[in-house]
Amino acid sequence: MITMEHVCKSYRVAKRNAGMREACKALFRRETEVIQALSDVSFTIQDGEMVGYIGPNGAGKSSTIKILSGILTPESGSCLVDGRIPWKNRTEHVRQIGVVFGQRSQLWWDVPVIDSFELLKDIYAIPSYEYQNNMEELTELLHLQELLKMPTRQLSLGQRMRCEIAASLLHSPKILFLDEPTIGLDAVSKLAVREFVMRLNQEHKTTVILTTHDMQDIEALTKRIILIGRGRVLMDGTLEDMRRLAAEHGQAAEASDQNGESLERIVAGLYQKLDIL
Amino acid sequence: MGEKIKSSGKLYFHYLSVALRSAMQYKTSFFLMVIGRFLLFFNGILGVYFMFSRFGHVKGYTFGEVLLCFSIIQMDFALAECIGSGFATFASIVRQGEFDRVLLRPRSTILQVLGSQFRIDRIGLIFQAIFMFAYGIIISPVDWTFGRVMTVFSMLLGGTTLFISFFLLRAAFTFFTLEGLELVNILTYGAQEHGKYPVDIYGKKMMKFCTYVIPYTLIQYYPLQYLLGRTDQWYYGVYPLCAVYFLLVCYGMWRFGMRHYQSAGS
Repeated sequence: MITMEHVCKSYRVAKRNAGMREACKALFRRETEVIQALSDVSFTIQDGEMVGYIGPNGAGKSSTIKILSGILTPESGSCLVDGRIPWKNRTEHVRQIGVVFGQRSQLWWDVPVIDSFELLKDIYAIPSYEYQNNMEELTELLHLQELLKMPTRQLSLGQRMRCEIAASLLHSPKILFLDEPTIGLDAVSKLAVREFVMRLNQEHKTTVILTTHDMQDIEALTKRIILIGRGRVLMDGTLEDMRRLAAEHGQAAEASDQNGESLERIVAGLYQKLDIL
Repeated sequence: MGEKIKSSGKLYFHYLSVALRSAMQYKTSFFLMVIGRFLLFFNGILGVYFMFSRFGHVKGYTFGEVLLCFSIIQMDFALAECIGSGFATFASIVRQGEFDRVLLRPRSTILQVLGSQFRIDRIGLIFQAIFMFAYGIIISPVDWTFGRVMTVFSMLLGGTTLFISFFLLRAAFTFFTLEGLELVNILTYGAQEHGKYPVDIYGKKMMKFCTYVIPYTLIQYYPLQYLLGRTDQWYYGVYPLCAVYFLLVCYGMWRFGMRHYQSAGS
């Protein structure tokens, strides 16, 4: 179970105007601005749930994931993941979670994928039989057979993402964080990723927390949506709840439409109406 | 505890083998790097040689003695760069947010950063230093007792540790500045460059700085005195091992810096 209660996090960001002169000035006196990434975020996620975490760019999605995975320490508030405080018992905590950052790779760039997997086996100290089982299953479901012998840098984005997902599941984590896993993927790869995540959640009861800008991901995968904007939780409910919220804000006409395209429009409308862009 | 060390050691070698396999992917750059380093170093020896062909000796040190000093420092530095290059290039790891991934793995951060890179191309430099050291032995009249041989090993151990500490210190600053602090380069590359001569030729103030601020004389000047037979105090040969204390201080800075870590971007 994951609980976050009244979590706040802010960053100090250096600011300066454009130009050489300003750059030189900033060398001596830097003007900084405090940006509130999260203010009073609370929610609870049960074991085996699949939750879509959405919001515009800069809303605080990644910060939340980084706090939950123990990379960042919040200023205030409490956070428990299966009874652990993520940033306190780091090594113990990260052993139980898997994290995929769609924008970054966790594989070793210049060696074949299988070499990265073997190294991960040692890093997580995965027992051989467990590694074998997971490898077999992941290779089959994500169609990795041909990819394993190729160096990561020569994979296409879609191929790489499948390997990334496999890499973060080798140690059978109980919780999987997916930060924009379908970003930049073609239709076939997107479908493959969605199908796989669905199956993972159903068969292994893995808790999945998914951030994405692709509303079709949300529609296909998650029953529950947490909408965040300007560091606050604005809605926590089902897709229906979100449609209702949109309707309240004067988007009734589109709300009845069921396909993903219009869902995109609903969300865009919500972001504007709620003034969180 | 023993089990943990064993598994960490095994993992470190696994990291090394992956780093080596990566390096071998870029053959041309690998060989160019080795050649480039060779020329740079050769340049250094020539500088020392011309100095001595003109003046005969520097502050009482003969060419052979300086060669011994120079080659040991070079070897320290090459070994440190070989092993600790993950810290030497740590700034880019932090700036690109790659450190997130390090934190997401259930292993010590130090082990992972050390394992992220291994500059095998420094091997050429090490061989060169060995060659120069051998030549230094031939042309300088050092009486190689057991104590003196051990002193060489202790200088290598202490010196490598000290240079790795410098890299670690610079990496620790990265958490605050996001860029490697150039100031620390004075310690690393400065020490490498000027370390070819025993520190005392630079005067008293430098000696004090290099003893009390950074323990540089402990790995170079003092053990060298014993090695060259200028003193009978055998314990000078043990001084280099004090570098471990400096390493601990730098490790403390690292731990402190890590708490300040703000990851990058989305």
